[in-house]
Amino acid sequence: MPIRKLLIANRGEIAVRIIRAAHDLGIRTVQVHSQADAKSLAVELADEAIDIGPPQAAKSYLNKDAILDAARRSGADAIHPGYGFLAENAAFAEAVEQAGITFVGPRAETIRMMGDKVAAREVAKKAGVPTVPGSEGRIDDSARARAIVQAIGFPVMIKAAAGGGGRGIRVANDLPEFERLFPQASAEALAAFGDGGLYIERMIERARHIEVQVLGDGRDVIHCFERECSLQRRRQKVWEEAPSAALSEELREKLCGSAVALAHSVGYCGAGTLEYLFDDRTKEFFFLEMNTRIQVEHPVTEWITGIDLVGEMLRVAGGEPLRMKQSDIRRRGHSIEVRICAEDPADGFRPWPGIVGDMRVPGGPGVRFDSMLYSGYAIPPFYDSLLGKLVVWGEDRAHAIARLKRALREMQVGGLKTTKPLFAALADDRELAAANVHTGWLEGWLETNASRLV
Amino acid sequence: MAKKQTLSPLPGTFYRRPAPDKPPYKEVGDSVAIGDVIGLVEVMKTFYEVKAESAGRVAKFHVENEAAIQAGEPIADLES
Repeated sequence: MPIRKLLIANRGEIAVRIIRAAHDLGIRTVQVHSQADAKSLAVELADEAIDIGPPQAAKSYLNKDAILDAARRSGADAIHPGYGFLAENAAFAEAVEQAGITFVGPRAETIRMMGDKVAAREVAKKAGVPTVPGSEGRIDDSARARAIVQAIGFPVMIKAAAGGGGRGIRVANDLPEFERLFPQASAEALAAFGDGGLYIERMIERARHIEVQVLGDGRDVIHCFERECSLQRRRQKVWEEAPSAALSEELREKLCGSAVALAHSVGYCGAGTLEYLFDDRTKEFFFLEMNTRIQVEHPVTEWITGIDLVGEMLRVAGGEPLRMKQSDIRRRGHSIEVRICAEDPADGFRPWPGIVGDMRVPGGPGVRFDSMLYSGYAIPPFYDSLLGKLVVWGEDRAHAIARLKRALREMQVGGLKTTKPLFAALADDRELAAANVHTGWLEGWLETNASRLV
Repeated sequence: MAKKQTLSPLPGTFYRRPAPDKPPYKEVGDSVAIGDVIGLVEVMKTFYEVKAESAGRVAKFHVENEAAIQAGEPIADLES
């Protein structure tokens, strides 16, 4: 049954984006909000608004009962979770369905399976999708370890099974080094974590982050090409583009085909993204994980394909089969998105909540500005710092960068510090213009270019 | 007895503990030295330590654990 009334269980720019997609389809909207968001743009744009609790996310946007109660009270027949918060919470998806309400996303079991790294890796392998070569679980004896590293090739990472967040990792460049480090790493892991278990993984020195957008209706799955998001700071993406400048047509077809095979094997329903590491040296790609939701950077895909991804999510959730076949999906030109955050790049990216002053919104050909901003809006300190996304399109990558520079010059957000100076400096960078980047590139660039960020 | 207030440097969410399963940094009655951490303020998912700018004994907390706080709002009274 087509959705008639949609509850948006999120906030900020993505809530605004979902409301727009719903209104384009003639769907009425209910915006739930914390007390800190009573004056948000999403609340203003939605047909109805319901207060679901105190500012802290744990007491509002993560409060499943309050959200379900709001859905019942307002008569909403579907809930869109956006990204973050409850978007990949299988128990929430289940509770929504049990309440007789449509969850705009895949089935709870798909969310659960893809949320489990080991299970997701298994699914990938069964679908014939490459994963980072490694020891498949923990490995205790050094003879087996030696056989494995010779099969996967150097350099390798030796990781403590009980470690995490980069702790307990050693890199071996050849066999003698490996034989020296392996027992050492095991003893150290035992001392540090009380567990000497290790596992081994191929080390990819120059990796790009490339991801594939898929759309499914539970029977068919199509892809909408890839995005490259190699520019990251503290593992957070800051600049995303489509297509990736690093892929040949042949590689692109292989990569996107593998994503479709994986999503098809789980009967995927809705919009999803498969994240890969791309080894620049060997031109191999390896599946990392699948995000079972809409992503922040979806607009770059929308712009090169002409597809309203959020709109398609709503149609599929309402029971429509996919409206397009793979052969209908064409790409044209190049799109770049930069994340405008309330942070001061000149002061270690210190958060900068405050009141939005005078604003100049960039526009003109090839410019899209998705944000939650308006003049006089007091940005609450309780949530992440993303204010909006400046998205540009050009006939090719150079044209897109030229438009990005122009749009950044036009954009003014008074009263706050934002990440705009970071993007103005990046848009002038020669290496970035040549797409000569990898996932560690931006952090290195920030160390040498700090003085340009004022 | 002189009373001094420690104010929140930033708006956000105030925490009295370093982690949910850890004891509070300071209890009422505890003595505090200059630079001692008395709580955390979470601003846009980043955590800042609130440090005492004077020495003394904690007389009172004005904000509860996990409560919303404004910049410049008093967090605690210290007596010296």
